[in-house]
Amino acid sequence: MLSEKHKKIYSPWFILPGGLIYFIFFLLPTLSSLFFSMTWWTLDKWEFIGFENFTDFFSEASLNISIKNTLIYAVLTSGMKVIFGLLLGVFLSSPAIKARNYLRSVLFFPNLLSTLAVGIAFQSLMHPTRGVINTALGYLGIKGPDWLGNTRLALYSVALVDIWKGVGMATVIYISGLASIPAQYYEAAIVDGGNTFDKFRYITLPLIRPARNSVIILSFIGGLRTFDLIMVMTKGGPGFSTHTMSYVIYKLYTNSLYGLSTAGNVIMFIFIAVLAFPLYKFITRTEVEL
Amino acid sequence: MKKKRRSIYIIIDIIAVVLSILLYGVPYYFVILNSLKDRTEAGLMNMKFPDTLHFSNYIEVLKAENYAVIRAFYNSIVITAFSLAGLVIVCSMLGFFMQRRAGTKLVEVLNFFILTGLMIPPAIVPTIWVMQSLGVYKTLRGMILVEIALQLSFGCILYRGYMASIPRELDDAALIDGCGGLRLFFSIIFPLLKPVTSTIIVISAIGIFNDFVHPLYFLPGKQNITVQTTLYQFTGMYFSQWHLLFADVVLISIPPLILFIFFNKKIVAGMVAGAIKG
Repeated sequence: MLSEKHKKIYSPWFILPGGLIYFIFFLLPTLSSLFFSMTWWTLDKWEFIGFENFTDFFSEASLNISIKNTLIYAVLTSGMKVIFGLLLGVFLSSPAIKARNYLRSVLFFPNLLSTLAVGIAFQSLMHPTRGVINTALGYLGIKGPDWLGNTRLALYSVALVDIWKGVGMATVIYISGLASIPAQYYEAAIVDGGNTFDKFRYITLPLIRPARNSVIILSFIGGLRTFDLIMVMTKGGPGFSTHTMSYVIYKLYTNSLYGLSTAGNVIMFIFIAVLAFPLYKFITRTEVEL
Repeated sequence: MKKKRRSIYIIIDIIAVVLSILLYGVPYYFVILNSLKDRTEAGLMNMKFPDTLHFSNYIEVLKAENYAVIRAFYNSIVITAFSLAGLVIVCSMLGFFMQRRAGTKLVEVLNFFILTGLMIPPAIVPTIWVMQSLGVYKTLRGMILVEIALQLSFGCILYRGYMASIPRELDDAALIDGCGGLRLFFSIIFPLLKPVTSTIIVISAIGIFNDFVHPLYFLPGKQNITVQTTLYQFTGMYFSQWHLLFADVVLISIPPLILFIFFNKKIVAGMVAGAIKG
């Protein structure tokens, strides 16, 4: 228990500046969005219309497709980052790999690049006829697809670039998780006659869980919020094929449909709250059990 | 047996390096190479080495649209610098309080808000509405305040974690000497937070400098252009002038590259810590 004197030096006044900025510029807009999502809104005046914006969002094909696209995108990118991140993390933790420091840096660096810059580079690399990717495939005798122009492929192409950019982050999280596994466990496994696969299956996989969970949460939420890549690579097209929720929110905003746009925001909050918070709770619980 | 093993590892090493060059080196080389070609050659989007290197593309892109890129660098640097100063002060104080008073109801509530701030994206139009009512919409000041609000969670988590390593005996000693809370914090604790402060500065600098979404919404207008929005504008305007677009891409990738070269370890460790403790 803290003494009165201590309570005085750890004064709640320390929260004030940060709390104020957070409240005004984040919390207040977030809370008021719950109200404005149920209005027809021009920024100057509003008219309460109940859940109409939400029913519009779910019934109109051009809007509800964004929910489906966002979920596909988030599941795909986070799933791939979890798998590739683990494999790369294990690979790059091995002291036998001489180039591991170089490889780690190479994998990690794209995280620091502007997403827009990466998007522009890949937009031209993925050009259907002249692009470097399809030219290279052509040398191998494969006719490369229209990566960003095909309605069935475009979303996956963008997801691929997202994975290219983000897998390094997943890898370094795994590497730090692997480094915290005590070496004695592996030594014990060797004494018990375990092979490399046993070590991976019975020691690495269970003990890497906390790191894996961080990767899942981080990349899943990142996937749900994705915006920059879509904006620069496809602008939601072709058709509605790469309309994600954050892109639709932007589009509605530019069309001055402020109430509807805010409803999009609220749906996104609900998605994150419904999917990510329980994931977080579940994950922190499994960590305790270890 | 051992020798055979070693040679297998060398082969794996070589394969990995070749793959890394193909997957990661080629895109960079492609962008830099094409930023130095003339308009028609860059439009071909291939990897052929041009007859002459046009370094003048960089001058041209800086001059474009009445020196928009220079204006953008100025704006981005102002936003980044002031946001960082604000973040460091605000987050260190929050982290200090949250670690020292851990376990209290108030801190539990704060923890919840920090988590919310990490996960939930800002509500776009309501934020504009709030900014407008305060008269800071379309101003650098407003943008700085929003950046602080959005980056705050990450900074708090790192400061909170690091505070645990600063002994409470220091606080007690200060108490005995008759030090008040503010003086204790700013003259004793804050200087000790230097390692984590520099981590937060480097990582948030990259985050804010690379931020595109929020300036797009909260800082519209020609005068208010930032480095990322120049890229976006140029994709619209220079659709057929890839050489200038690539030159801009290279220009705005230089600051993060410099930070990465100098602070590689710090950046990785800080980002991992933020991700795991979040």
